[in-house]
Amino acid sequence: MGVEEKLPSGILLTTVEKVVGYARKVSVWPATFGLACCAIELMQTGGSRHDLARFGMERASNTPRQADLMIVAGRVSQKMAPVLRQIYDQMADPKWVISMGVCASSGGMFNNYAIVQGVDHIVPVDIYLPGCPPRPEMLLDSILKLHDKIQNMKLGMDREVEVQELEQARLRRLPLAADLAGVQAGGGPTLLGQSQGQEETDR
Amino acid sequence: MTANTDAGAEGRVYNVGGQDWDEIVRAAQQAGDRSDHEHLIVNMGPQHPSTHGVLRLILTLDGETVTELRPVIGYLHTGIEKSMEFRTWTQGVTFCTRADYLSPIFNETAYCLAVEKLLGIEAEIPERASILRVLLMELNRIASHMTAIGTFGLELGATTVFLYAVRERENVLDLLELITGLRMNHAYVRPGGVSQDLPAGALDKLREFIGAVMPTQRRELRSLLDGAPLFLARTKDVAFLDLAGCMSLGVTGPLLRGTGLPWDLRKSQPYCGYETYEFDVPTQDTCDAYGRYLVRIDEVDESLKIIEQCLDRLAAGSADDPVMIQDKKIGWPARLALGPDGLGNSPDHIAHIMGQSMEALIHHFKLVTEGFRVPPGQVYVAVESPRGELGCHAVSDGGTRPYRAHFRDPSFTNLQAVSAMAEGGLVADVIAAVASIDPVLGGVDR
Amino acid sequence: MSGDGPVSDENQEQPPDEAALAGQQRLSEQVVRTGMFGTETSGDTSGYGGLQVRRAPLPSTPRPYGSYFDEITDALAARLTEDGTGFGDAVERVIVDRGELTLHVRREYLVAVARTLRDEPTLAFELCGGVSGVHYLNDIGRELHAVYHLVSITHNRRLRLEVSAPDADPHIPSVVDVYPGCNWHERETWDFFGIIFDGHPGLTRIEMPDDWKGHPQRKDYPLGGIPVEYRGATVPPPDERRSYT
Repeated sequence: MGVEEKLPSGILLTTVEKVVGYARKVSVWPATFGLACCAIELMQTGGSRHDLARFGMERASNTPRQADLMIVAGRVSQKMAPVLRQIYDQMADPKWVISMGVCASSGGMFNNYAIVQGVDHIVPVDIYLPGCPPRPEMLLDSILKLHDKIQNMKLGMDREVEVQELEQARLRRLPLAADLAGVQAGGGPTLLGQSQGQEETDR
Repeated sequence: MTANTDAGAEGRVYNVGGQDWDEIVRAAQQAGDRSDHEHLIVNMGPQHPSTHGVLRLILTLDGETVTELRPVIGYLHTGIEKSMEFRTWTQGVTFCTRADYLSPIFNETAYCLAVEKLLGIEAEIPERASILRVLLMELNRIASHMTAIGTFGLELGATTVFLYAVRERENVLDLLELITGLRMNHAYVRPGGVSQDLPAGALDKLREFIGAVMPTQRRELRSLLDGAPLFLARTKDVAFLDLAGCMSLGVTGPLLRGTGLPWDLRKSQPYCGYETYEFDVPTQDTCDAYGRYLVRIDEVDESLKIIEQCLDRLAAGSADDPVMIQDKKIGWPARLALGPDGLGNSPDHIAHIMGQSMEALIHHFKLVTEGFRVPPGQVYVAVESPRGELGCHAVSDGGTRPYRAHFRDPSFTNLQAVSAMAEGGLVADVIAAVASIDPVLGGVDR
Repeated sequence: MSGDGPVSDENQEQPPDEAALAGQQRLSEQVVRTGMFGTETSGDTSGYGGLQVRRAPLPSTPRPYGSYFDEITDALAARLTEDGTGFGDAVERVIVDRGELTLHVRREYLVAVARTLRDEPTLAFELCGGVSGVHYLNDIGRELHAVYHLVSITHNRRLRLEVSAPDADPHIPSVVDVYPGCNWHERETWDFFGIIFDGHPGLTRIEMPDDWKGHPQRKDYPLGGIPVEYRGATVPPPDERRSYT
C-alpha cells in the first residue's frame, strides 16, 4: 500500500463519492405520501417495533421541499396524480422514490378507470416494493436496498455516464421469456431480490 | 416571479408562486385593498401531515378564525364498487375489504351478511363462524380505535401518544396475523362463514392479550391523555356537534354517542349473535372532541369484555365445529392446512376431491371458477363499525356476480359534518375536528 | 311460435284465462336479453342463441306485510291522505322481501313522502343512510334507480325508498331539504350515474376529477382496465374477458 503507509496515523483515505453517498444515505428524510392501506403499514413501521428512527427517517418531512425520499404508499387515483407530480417536482435533488405496495407499483388489484396503473407513469421510481400491503420488514428491506443504491451513486460526469449505461442496459434487456431460460443480459428483470443492475431512469 | 392578480368575483385574487412576497404586498397596497376583514383562502391538502388520508380542506380564514370550510374528497377513489361487479360474490370480499382499510373485517362482515341475507342462509351459518366474526370485529375495533387515538394525538402534536397507540396496534395485528394470516385486508370473512378456524395456541395468545397486555398498555395511554391539561385545552368544547346536528346530517358512531344518545347497532339491531353478549354502550354528553375520545377509549374496554366472552365460547366449542356453511353448493370448498411448502389445501381435501367424490370435485371447480348463484333481489345490511353505521346495499340479478354492491360508509357521511363543526372556530380546531371524526378516506372515496 | 304464451296442460291450479293473460302480458314486454349465455365476444355454439328473455313483470307484495311493515304503510297512508296526496299516487308498489320493506315511490312525491316519514311521530325516520344509485341497463324506461335507506331510532325500524327515472329524463327531486345529510350522497350518485337531483344546492362531481367525462358506475361505462402482461402472456382486463354466465 503506497501512500497510506507514509502518512501519519489518523488520516483516512476515501473518495468523495463514498463520503457523499454515506452522508446522503444516513440522512434521508421521507416525504411520506401516505395514501391508503400501505400508509397504515408505513405508520406501523415508524412505530417502536419496526423502527424507522434507526435510519433517522422517523422525522417525516411534511414539506416536500426538505424531503429526499417520496414513499408513495397506496393507490394513486386519477384525481391524485397531478398532486403527486407536483409534490415530486417540489422536492429538491437528489430525490428518490419508493413505490410501496402493488397499487403504487402497477395498479395492483385495481385494474380500472380510477387508478393509475403504476406511479412510474408519473414519477421515476427507484425501488418497487410489492405487497398488499407490504409488511414493515419488507419496507425496511426496500429502504436498505435504497441505501445501497444511494451509497453507490456516482457524482457529476460519472453520474451522467452511469445513467446512460443503465438506460442502454435496460433497452438491451431481453423479454421475460428469454430470462426464463436463464439468460441475464445486462440486467434482468428487476425485482426486490436484486440490488445489482437496479433499474435506473433518466431524470 | 411576478405576482399575478385577478379581479375575481369575491375580490382580488393573488396567485402566490414563491419568492414574491414583496410584490404581493406592493400590489395589495397599490390596489388599496385595505378592507377591515382580509379573507385568506388557504388550501390544506390533499397531501398534508394529517394522517387521516388524502382529504383536501379549503379554509376561508378571517385572521385565525375559519369562516368557511369546504372539504374536497375523491383523491382516493378506487372504483371498488364497480370492480366488484366484475368478480364473483366471494371474490368481492377481497375488494370491499380495502375500502375502509382500518376496519377491514367490518367491511367484509357487512358484505358477507348482505350476501347471506340475499341467499337466505342466515340461519345456517355455523355458530363458531359467528363467534369468530365477533371476535375479529372486536379485535379490529380495538386496532381502529388505537389508530384513531394515536393519530388524534399525533395531529395535536403529542407524538408519544402515537407511539404508544402504534405499539398497542402491533399487538392486535400480531393476533390478526395469527388467526387470519394477514396483518391487514384479511379477506377472512367469506359468504357462508370464515375461511379457517383458529390455529393452535391462538386461544392462549388471545387470553394473554386481554388479560395482561392490553389493560396495562391501555392504562398507560389513558394516563397520558385523560387529564392532560394541554389535551383538554385542545379538545374540550372544540368541534361541537349536538344531537340535532347529528340527526340532520345522518351522523352515527362515536360522534352520535358523544351527544348522549346510546345508539349502537350491536344493541339495537344485533347481528352475528351480538344480542347474546354482555357489554355496555359508552356515551358522553359533552358533544365535543374530548367526549368522542372518551367514548372511543371506553369502547376499547367494552371490546375486551366481548372478546373474553368469545374466548369462553370458543373454548367451550370444539375445533371440529365447522366454520363454513355445510351447504356444499355455497360454502367455500378449501380446507386449508399447513404443509411443508406453506399454507394450502390439505392433502386430505385434495385426495377427497381427486379420488373419492366427483361431486366434491365439481363443487370445488364450479365454486372457485364461477361462484354460486344468488337469487335476485336487494338487501341492506348494516354493522356498527368503529366509525359508525357501515351498510352494504347489495343488488343481485340472479347471477354469480354482484349486480351492484354499494357501501354506505360512515366516514363519508360523518365527514360532511366537519364544516358544521369547524366553521367559526380557530384553525387549530379544524385539525381536532377532523381527528375527532376519525375519517378513513378509503371508505370515504371507495 | 304462436302468441298464446306458456299455457300448459299441467297447470290445473289456475283457470287457463289467468295464465294466458300473464303469458300475453309477458310477451308484450320488450326483449332484454337474447341467447342462453352472456358471452358476446366469442362464438356461441351452444345452439341456445335463439332464446329471448323478456323484461320481467314488476313484483308487488300483497297485504298483510307482516312485522312492523303494516304499521308503517298504514301510518304513511293515513298521513298522505290527510295531506291530499293519495298513498296510491305516491307509492307505486310495496315490496316485502327478505325481511325488508321497500316502497317504490314516484319521483314527484319523493320529497313529500320523505318529509312525512321524518316528521310524523308514529313513523319518525330521523336518519337517512344516504342515496345509493343502481343502473338497470335493460329496464327501458326505468333505468336509473335511487335507493334511500331510512332508519328510525325512536322505533328501531328500517325502511327503503326506491325511486326510478328513465335515462332520457334522469331527474329526481333532491331530499336535501328534508335530510341534509344526503348532500354528498346525491353528489356521488350524480357523479357515478348521471342522476340529476333537482333542488340540490351544489350538484357537482365529488369523487371523480371535476372535468371527467361520463358517469363511471353506469353499466354502459367500461371498467377501464388495461391488459396485464405476465411472463409473455397477456390477460385482458376483467370486463373484456370471456364470460360464460
